[in-house]
Amino acid sequence: MVTLTIDGIEVKAPEGSTILEAAKIAGIDIPTLCFLKDINEVGDCRMCIVEVEGRRGFATSCIQKVEEGMVVHTHTPNVLEARHVILDLIISNHAKDCLTCTRSGNCELQSLAVKFNVLNVEFPGEMTKHKIDDLSPSIVRDFNKCILCRRCVAACKNVQKIGAIDCINRGFESCISTVGDHSLNDVNCTNCGQCIQACPTGALHEKETIDDVWVKLKDPDKYVVVQTAPSVRVALGEEFGMPIGTNVTGKMVTALKRLGFDKVFDTNTGADFTIMEEATEFIERVQEKGVLPMITSCSPGWVKYIEMNYPELLPHLSSCKSPHQMFGALIKSYFAQKEGIDPNKIYMVSVMPCIAKKFERQRAEMKVNGIDDVDNVITTRELARMIKQANIEFTELEDSQFDNPMGEATGAAAIFGTTGGVMEAALRTAQDILTCQDLPKIDFEAVRGGDGIKRATVNIAGNDIKVVAASGLANAQKIMEEIKSGKADYQFVEIMACPGGCIMGGGQPIKNSKIRREVDVRKLRADALYTIDEKSKIRKSHENPILQKIYKDFLGRPGGKKAHELLHTSYGERPKYKI
Amino acid sequence: MKNLQEINKIREEKRKELDLRVNTQADTREKHILVCHGTGCTSSKSPEILNNFRKILEEKNITNVRVIMTGCFGLCAKGPIVIIRPEDTFYSNVTPNDCEEIIQTHIIEGKKVERLLCKDIDGSVVNSLDELNFYKKQKRIALKNCGVINPECIDEYIAFDGYKALEKVLKEMTPDQVIEEIKASGLRGRGGAGFPTGKKWELTRSYKSEQKYVVCNADEGDPGAFMDRSILEGDPHSVIEAMVIAGYAIGANKGYIYVRAEYPIAVKRLEIAIKQAKEYGILGNNIFETAFSFDIEIRLGAGAFVCGEETALLESIEGKRGQPRVKPPYPAESGLWGKPTLINNVETFANITRILLNGAEWYSSIGTETSNGTKVFALGGNVNNIGLVEVPMGTTLREIVFDIGGGIPNGRQFKAAQTGGPSGGCIPVEHLDTPIDYESLKTIGSMMGSGGLIVMDDTKCMVCLAKFYLEFTVSESCGKCTPCRIGTKRMLEILEKLCSGEGSEYDIYKLEKLAVNIQKSSICGLGQSAPNPVISTLKYFREEFRQHAIEKECKTLECKALSNITIDPEKCKGCGLCQKHCPVNAIEGQGREKRVINQEKCIKCGTCLTNCPFHAIGN
Repeated sequence: MVTLTIDGIEVKAPEGSTILEAAKIAGIDIPTLCFLKDINEVGDCRMCIVEVEGRRGFATSCIQKVEEGMVVHTHTPNVLEARHVILDLIISNHAKDCLTCTRSGNCELQSLAVKFNVLNVEFPGEMTKHKIDDLSPSIVRDFNKCILCRRCVAACKNVQKIGAIDCINRGFESCISTVGDHSLNDVNCTNCGQCIQACPTGALHEKETIDDVWVKLKDPDKYVVVQTAPSVRVALGEEFGMPIGTNVTGKMVTALKRLGFDKVFDTNTGADFTIMEEATEFIERVQEKGVLPMITSCSPGWVKYIEMNYPELLPHLSSCKSPHQMFGALIKSYFAQKEGIDPNKIYMVSVMPCIAKKFERQRAEMKVNGIDDVDNVITTRELARMIKQANIEFTELEDSQFDNPMGEATGAAAIFGTTGGVMEAALRTAQDILTCQDLPKIDFEAVRGGDGIKRATVNIAGNDIKVVAASGLANAQKIMEEIKSGKADYQFVEIMACPGGCIMGGGQPIKNSKIRREVDVRKLRADALYTIDEKSKIRKSHENPILQKIYKDFLGRPGGKKAHELLHTSYGERPKYKI
Repeated sequence: MKNLQEINKIREEKRKELDLRVNTQADTREKHILVCHGTGCTSSKSPEILNNFRKILEEKNITNVRVIMTGCFGLCAKGPIVIIRPEDTFYSNVTPNDCEEIIQTHIIEGKKVERLLCKDIDGSVVNSLDELNFYKKQKRIALKNCGVINPECIDEYIAFDGYKALEKVLKEMTPDQVIEEIKASGLRGRGGAGFPTGKKWELTRSYKSEQKYVVCNADEGDPGAFMDRSILEGDPHSVIEAMVIAGYAIGANKGYIYVRAEYPIAVKRLEIAIKQAKEYGILGNNIFETAFSFDIEIRLGAGAFVCGEETALLESIEGKRGQPRVKPPYPAESGLWGKPTLINNVETFANITRILLNGAEWYSSIGTETSNGTKVFALGGNVNNIGLVEVPMGTTLREIVFDIGGGIPNGRQFKAAQTGGPSGGCIPVEHLDTPIDYESLKTIGSMMGSGGLIVMDDTKCMVCLAKFYLEFTVSESCGKCTPCRIGTKRMLEILEKLCSGEGSEYDIYKLEKLAVNIQKSSICGLGQSAPNPVISTLKYFREEFRQHAIEKECKTLECKALSNITIDPEKCKGCGLCQKHCPVNAIEGQGREKRVINQEKCIKCGTCLTNCPFHAIGN
């Protein structure tokens, strides 16, 4: 422990702590802007400056380590004035259209402006002008709102090891862009959206598509169906001030019904189909000596990544579509047929924690007989906006149930939203299929938890199977290199593009850096999913009665011809740069 | 590969051969024609001059005369310079066409080519270098070999005690003894900040690591500065030798020279020098049959000024965008690829061998109490002798500007001198007698900087000067931290307002507020010192700022929007000279009438002002 004095308070902080961390121990808050714990610790914005006795100039509290006997002052008049000037300068080059900004109310710059009582800009001047890049189906970049904190760069380059964006130009003309200043749509971006999660302002946001949902909801000729991914229900409440990790399934369903959707279904049902198909595919690959390890394919950011970076490993990828695509295909075939609705009239909306799903939906492969499986993908955040637009008091809503018959789902499907969840769900089904028993072993603890890479050997039907679950593309890269070099002896690999899985997806509620510093958001949301699983009556996908019925009445056997037609897809090498 | 004996033999033989370079009484029938090949003279065709000399000598079958390329002699204003040794005859502004005459008259007939002899400011003809006032107050330590040896020939370097310090260090001294010697010398970093060099070496040595690095900062970027370039062009081996010694002292076996790509001659000579040093076994494994190994690589900068900042430089060597790191940790602890790294500037290294050969006591006897040794300045601006000067610390600005520099041209008055480039400040006339050393420059609001020294006469507007430097820092800011990226831009905008007559007193207040806060909160030296030109001009020339802001007046002609040239009818004699020279026919009046300037037509070029014999025209 190191003893130092901060604002006259003696603090004991662990060795290696930053001044910012030590101040927190002393109950002193220091404002930050570019700082994002473990991701961006570079000291660029200068908001967190403090005075350290005996040191020339200010110290950068977010990165500078505490030293024995250090005397720190966090809010001397000099420090306060400098912070005020810095904030003023940032605002002087920031588009001030807060009223019409998607991040209004959840903007770290706005919060600081309020906190610092910035009532006018003292140092106005020329502003950099940037064209808005909205060519990507997932991400809109508006650098008129960028404050060059580079949190997005760190998320893309260091966390995901993609490096699609970085700083270009110098000085006042600096801006975050891609190689050759091309659209994000034309470079090696995987559409994961971790940059959006990192952005403190409205410079990066999802490509919002809720207007089209409103139009279709008004259209009497359209039969508008909505499905919601497992991760949405444990995060949506946050947008209405509810604690992180609150399960709001019932309120969410009520809200969706109030919004006017003709049917409100659960993507979890789709996830159960994915498990059936994926477990079947896995067993086939093992038994028929197919390409192993098999790698999951439900994360579209990950799929785009492997197509761009490891096309030679594509045969490892499961041919299963992701759950919402499977579900969309079933709605427009089985459900349409059963209900006697023209599939062309069905407008399928997926509410997803993910912005890569916006890209996935548009893939040429995601159609059956020329009809898109899914017509619109909106994020958790966009759904919250719709609910607010409709003036629905979300927190006051009564619970209601998903519509039947497609609304039933298992606990296995719920945990799809977290890293290791797909693996665990698949293992539950695979072991029962292989042993032709209903085995009581349900929990595969080894693949749970927040680690980026979780390796395990599980015994299934007397066979040891080596599995690994990795989340975050930097970790995916490690596993791919292992496979490529022949060092890997896994049989089953689960990969999710976002660190922590879908619950931390690019479409989820954005938590500011202070919350991310103090709270383990991933764990809270993941715990909520495991609780849903635990409380579920049915916890194995193959035991889902609606699933059994659809296979029996419509699809035939898992992995069969019809299942392949509707529920499987193919991949191909994708150039990183369309330049 | 050469062993020590062989190298010592080369030194002995070559030294005899080259005695005429430094000894006017040398006992030889040979003559050496030295042709400056610094960047300035090279661009004024000195390579052509060198070739012409050689061609003519060959044609005339003269065999006792050698033509040698050298580094910079310093007096760039008189370039291209040719010096003939041993008699030390100084020919200035030589053209390729003059070669024939020089050979015929000087070499064959033994007379001097009078018309090419260099003239001092007072018009007196100087016969040799030492007679020039420009050189009288100089003391050449870092520049010792510049203009003496051929920088592309390692043997010539060896002849003048080259690699002798390295031999001494490797054979007779422990790393700690080397560091003690450097500490005792009082040498401080010549890059500008003045950190004690020996202390830096000691600190870097103190961090334990299997891999350490020595880096030479040759990313000289201040406008008008060319000290480091001249050393690298004129004496590259002195830097290489010092880097090897530094490696031995701190425990590093790898060095990098980070040099600007805009210095092609320096890069070429460094490449040649490194190649030669490797061939002689001075770089590589087991240097001088000891256990010590050291190697050097060159890394080229891509033109960013900020890469002269040590941590940005490290980022750039690592292949990343050149932008600074937050300190601490300092490079001594965590530098190149996270390893302890010693970074010294070219001029600092150029002093090392001299210190080790002549002793710390000798070195510390030169200069002032806190600043030992000499400092090289690139003297430029409104001064007669533009060039490279090396003076003992403690020399006054007046001595540099008036004795060495020969004063202000065109009969104008000295207004201020700017030291330290965009990071420094200006020194007004009342501080002309300040002895130049690290502390006193700081006290008067400037800084040593790397050695740019720009003199300004009374036609220069100080608000414009501040604007000029801000333009530089704004375009050279890397954009990493807010105060530098946006703050300097805002300062520039305010200065632009003041210069165009749109400023107010409140703008001066804002300028100062920005300046103080940018200084304190920027990440690196660039941002922290970017406001210095504004702060120091405000300190000494506040009235000028006030005139711009409130009276909307610029006493010089630099701020066109604020200057009004008028003719004083009391003084005007109606000679019409002004009218004759006016490029836009803005001056009215006929015959012996008193002339009047039509303000609507006037473009404020100032031509009339300089042509009026009666000083009747003013601003």
